[in-house]
Amino acid sequence: MNQHLILRVVSKLLIPMIVVFGFYVQFHGDFGPGGGFQAGVILAVAVILYALIFGVEAARKAVPPAAVRIGAALGVLIYSGVGVVTLFAGGTGEAANFLDYNALIADQSHHAGQHYGIMFVELGVLCTVTSVMLAIFYAFAGRVPDIPDEEW
Amino acid sequence: MDMSDITQFLDYALIAMLLAVGFAIVRLRNLFAVVMLTGVYSLLSAAWFVSLDAVDVAFTEAAVGAGISTVLMLGAMLLTARESEPAGAKRHWAALSVVVAAGAALIFAIPDMPVYGDPDSPANAYIGMEYMERTPEEIAVPNVVTAVLASYRGYDTMGETVVIFTAALGVMLLLGFGTGRREEDEDDDAPKTETKS
Repeated sequence: MNQHLILRVVSKLLIPMIVVFGFYVQFHGDFGPGGGFQAGVILAVAVILYALIFGVEAARKAVPPAAVRIGAALGVLIYSGVGVVTLFAGGTGEAANFLDYNALIADQSHHAGQHYGIMFVELGVLCTVTSVMLAIFYAFAGRVPDIPDEEW
Repeated sequence: MDMSDITQFLDYALIAMLLAVGFAIVRLRNLFAVVMLTGVYSLLSAAWFVSLDAVDVAFTEAAVGAGISTVLMLGAMLLTARESEPAGAKRHWAALSVVVAAGAALIFAIPDMPVYGDPDSPANAYIGMEYMERTPEEIAVPNVVTAVLASYRGYDTMGETVVIFTAALGVMLLLGFGTGRREEDEDDDAPKTETKS
């Protein structure tokens, strides 16, 4: 891929924008379309584009496969961890259920508990989806030789 | 049929394009073209979902169907051949009978479906409307889809997250972690067209 100057320049411009757009989709999910699933896929696409243009080895240096494996489990842990925290947080003044976000914040007037709960579980989803997509990509890319230049 | 609604013609055009792409996928033998056309198919269905006001679904379809799965299918294709073998005539008849039976069952079921845009359809009545009414009071986020997904159906979304995690686990157990050296010697099917660059 060394001689594809246009692809390299354009993707260098695009990748930061894709990442910013991914985070916009993540944190704007309460107001418009989007959320953890879509944002996770968009973030993974940014890394995959980097891997396609600059090589899988460069992408492995930027996002190590070990971090990806940990991230996949960490996201599930964050999500279920929010559920466990709501079990013990006494925001509603009574025993709360698993994933009952109202228990997170004592002040019930502004639904702050719901907002925090949704934000944290969406972060967990983001973490898992990004990591899983990259893990699957690395698993395939580890067995496939680089795409030869004629096929571009 | 009410001709005043212009967007229905957009829907017809998109469905016709989906049909054309579907037939092209069935007819083609070049797997590279098939993978690209499945991406086109996903993008067209995403456009159709936007036209149906299902923007969250459209977003997911465009990102996952047209983006990630095209790349993963390309990766899988590189591990196998580039051309698919033509299926034998016997398999044509078996497939045709299955398709005709499924199509007949679907046409038989059409009268039971609610009319497009029916406000009293099961999807728009009952619990769906309850979510619409209660979300501003109970969750207070503008996007009801997010409220249902992350709060009302938080259990389901946790299950989905675990499913995605399990998918990665399965792929890693089958294909390895992708960290080891590349096994170039094993790839007998891979193209030998590599050039020195």
